[in-house]
Amino acid sequence: MSLFLWGLVIIFVGGLASLINGRRAGLASFFGAAGAVAGSITAVIPAFKVFLHGVTESFRLNWNIPFGSFFVQIDAISAVFLIPIFGLSAIAAVYGAEYLLAYREKKNLGAPWFFYNLLLIGMALVVVARNGLLFLVAWEIMSLSSFFLVTFEYERQTVRQAGLIYLIAMHIGTAFLVVFFILLGHHAGSLDFDKISGVPSSLANVLFMLAIVGFGTKAGFMPLHVWLPYAHPAAPSHVSAVMSGVMIKTGIYGLVRALTILGFPPAWWCWVLILIGAVSGVLGVLFALAQHDLKRLLAYHSVENIGIITIGLGVGLLGINMNSPILAVLGFAGGLFHVINHAVFKGLLFLGAGAVLHSCKTGHIDLLGGIIKRMPWTAFTFLIGSIAICGLPPLNGFVSEFLIYLGVFKNGMGGGLEAVIPALIVIGALALIGGLALACFTKAFGVIFLGHPRSDYAQQAHEVGPGMKFSMVTLAALCLLLGIFSPLVIKSAENVILEITLLTFPDVQAELASASTVLWNFVFVSLILFGIIGVFTVLRKLLLSGRCVRQTVTWDCGYAQPGPKMQYTATSFAQPLTDLFKLFLRTRKDISHPKGVFPVQSAFHTDTSDISEKYMYEPAYKWISLLLSKLRWFQHGRLQIYVLYIALTLGILLIWKMM
Amino acid sequence: MIILKLLNMVIALAAAPLLLGIINRTKAVFAGRTGQPLLQLYYDIWKLLRKGAVYSRSTSWIFRVGPVIGLSVALIAAALIPFGGLPAVISFKGDLILFAYLFGLSRFFTVLMAMDTGSSFEGMGASREVTFSTLSEPALLIGLAAIAKYTGYISLSQMFSSLNLSVWLNAGPAFVLVGFAILIVFLTENSRIPIDDPNTHLELTMIHEVMILDHSGPDLAMILYGAAIKMWLLGAILIGIVVPVHSGNALFDISAAMLFMILLAIVIGVIESSMARLKLLHVPQLLIGATTLSILALVLILR
Repeated sequence: MSLFLWGLVIIFVGGLASLINGRRAGLASFFGAAGAVAGSITAVIPAFKVFLHGVTESFRLNWNIPFGSFFVQIDAISAVFLIPIFGLSAIAAVYGAEYLLAYREKKNLGAPWFFYNLLLIGMALVVVARNGLLFLVAWEIMSLSSFFLVTFEYERQTVRQAGLIYLIAMHIGTAFLVVFFILLGHHAGSLDFDKISGVPSSLANVLFMLAIVGFGTKAGFMPLHVWLPYAHPAAPSHVSAVMSGVMIKTGIYGLVRALTILGFPPAWWCWVLILIGAVSGVLGVLFALAQHDLKRLLAYHSVENIGIITIGLGVGLLGINMNSPILAVLGFAGGLFHVINHAVFKGLLFLGAGAVLHSCKTGHIDLLGGIIKRMPWTAFTFLIGSIAICGLPPLNGFVSEFLIYLGVFKNGMGGGLEAVIPALIVIGALALIGGLALACFTKAFGVIFLGHPRSDYAQQAHEVGPGMKFSMVTLAALCLLLGIFSPLVIKSAENVILEITLLTFPDVQAELASASTVLWNFVFVSLILFGIIGVFTVLRKLLLSGRCVRQTVTWDCGYAQPGPKMQYTATSFAQPLTDLFKLFLRTRKDISHPKGVFPVQSAFHTDTSDISEKYMYEPAYKWISLLLSKLRWFQHGRLQIYVLYIALTLGILLIWKMM
Repeated sequence: MIILKLLNMVIALAAAPLLLGIINRTKAVFAGRTGQPLLQLYYDIWKLLRKGAVYSRSTSWIFRVGPVIGLSVALIAAALIPFGGLPAVISFKGDLILFAYLFGLSRFFTVLMAMDTGSSFEGMGASREVTFSTLSEPALLIGLAAIAKYTGYISLSQMFSSLNLSVWLNAGPAFVLVGFAILIVFLTENSRIPIDDPNTHLELTMIHEVMILDHSGPDLAMILYGAAIKMWLLGAILIGIVVPVHSGNALFDISAAMLFMILLAIVIGVIESSMARLKLLHVPQLLIGATTLSILALVLILR
């Protein structure tokens, strides 16, 4: 445990040193990144130990605040989240050290590094806190430091707006969590997690709903996800990678932790989770498909993947409810493995998007094209990330989805209606999500990296430097390794599953062993696949060697002057699917048709705004602001009057206490 | 046993290109033509393997590895599919999911190859391909889930070997529905009429054919052979479900399955000769219909 705390101290000191040296960009980057990397490596060691051996480590200090105590603990559940948090943050820090240098002329680099390291500490503390108050403090550190990171380029209006939306969304979520902990503390008489037990079912139901909204806002459940498509594109890319890869997972962590506290789950909790997962998954990827901006597209994919994770959790919970070890073990194993996998491939994709942004100065998909030739490393790693996020074999994304499939298939075979209906929903949702994700990433990769450059932005593309390359290649390698070594990973998940499900050890072990046997088959197939690919590659080379191999133009049907503007665009590529699902997407199309015999100008523009933002939040906020404007007389902007308010409030409270 | 399993795979790899020959011959008979030789695809592949290649200047390495990956996936998928009572070379719980997703991988690269040329025609084909395959995937997986529910197994080999012709007495209606759903998936995935027309003369109206417009030489040979294997495998699934002949005599079962494969090819030829291609806008309705059939089948089996 002390190693863990020392790691956090190193990260903090690194951030502080970077803040002090903010004017000297090189030094600031060095201290910030070195602190994050060294601290992460130090702190992740105990997390690995706990994950493998299942021995919980804890540390408790008294804290002079009512109900508060500095009670931290690493158990297997914390470890599962700590490993990607430290891993991805360290890799992204290496990337950021190079990425941020582009701003050295305009900006003080001390602040972003200080807040980056603070964000890392906040996330780590959230996952290990075992006291409600400490949890909320850590939660707030995490939210605020990430807010300052999102608003890094505050001189741009869109960024300021994104920051504001993010701040408000986070605090609405936190408000629900405050109520959650007050109710919980009221019941148990203490906010230390180990003192809470035996929550009555009526209270548990209320707490469950509060947790769904509170943690769901962070995680990005539909329709609480509205901040994601704003905040992720606004933040610097290595921060987006961390926010999307691991920070939103703290919402998932909170939910899992809440489930372990709240006791035996009634069936409707499971259904709520499965349905939220299916809706977030399908709608997330659909909205992603309609986006024009690469980082916004990736942000919607986070919603999709959170959906897949939530499906996994819902299936696992259903397993507990139905007393089916198959479902419980495979659901949670799939969901939690997807937490790690998503951190790896989404981190990779955001870093890739950052590299494109860095060298082309635009993230607008339809302005890019053909940059695979100018940025081979970025293109290759982005391709690996795309295959992984589509859930295709032989990479890691497939394995986690496969485990969830396997769970519902296996369970559906044995049971009656109550086992088949969830299987039907989950199989349908995952299959549809898989197909749509494939459409979305062939669109993104195909239009950005392949074909001809569509604008001068794409013409100026150049490969990024060694630090950024290193981070992307490392994550790409992890995508492959986590796929190939998935049987070992799954087998070592027994401690986590035990802690969540309260099943007996032999049950969990048996299920995991059988799952890992199945996965060895998958690994076997993957290795043979690589072998065959290798053989055919050589064979193809041999066949073509010495023969006439010519280069020419793309087949153009005899048209004399094909140009890059004639290529299919991302918008047109996605159009059949976006039209098919227009009921949900409600894409607005502005067309000005070509007129006359010699048309001069014509234009086509589509815009897909978020339905929940447009039809839910906007009307709601309009009403709220109308109502609150009635209270404006209350606010004068004079300090003395505010002090008076405080004095008055305290006075009233004192009188109330006396009575 | 292992020899029998390998035999299954050898048959798939050797006989796959024949299916297209039978389909084309059937179509020729309907049109009153003599038609191409039954073994035309073998000749084509052989001819292409001996040629050089022409590449578009806009393409990258994606365009060159795509055909290799496509064919490799087809080969490994062939190891997962049982045929005529023979179990597959590799079988494990949930292999049907891996099977469906492996073809996702090859589709991923086919689509990227098309985008790599920068041609608007190929982009168009790619766009249609992802649209239709998105909708056909749930139909296939839910259809297989229905069969899995009926048999109680989730590996393709166990599933298919536990079926026999008596299913038609026990769960006839459900099998009709699954059969139809998978037939539609078969037609979609193999780009046949009424979803796609492989013989159209206009790039604008093609789906699969247009995506490989710029490929030539050994690359094209690999793509054609991979597509033939894919057709064989999906056909094997279809006849494995609809006409599961299991007499216990391996030789008899294989011959029966071969016969049914030929019959399937003739049926496809008849469909292609007697139907026009659907309007592209109507294809999604057909595919959603297929998914609905699969769901209905699952409900019927549950009852």
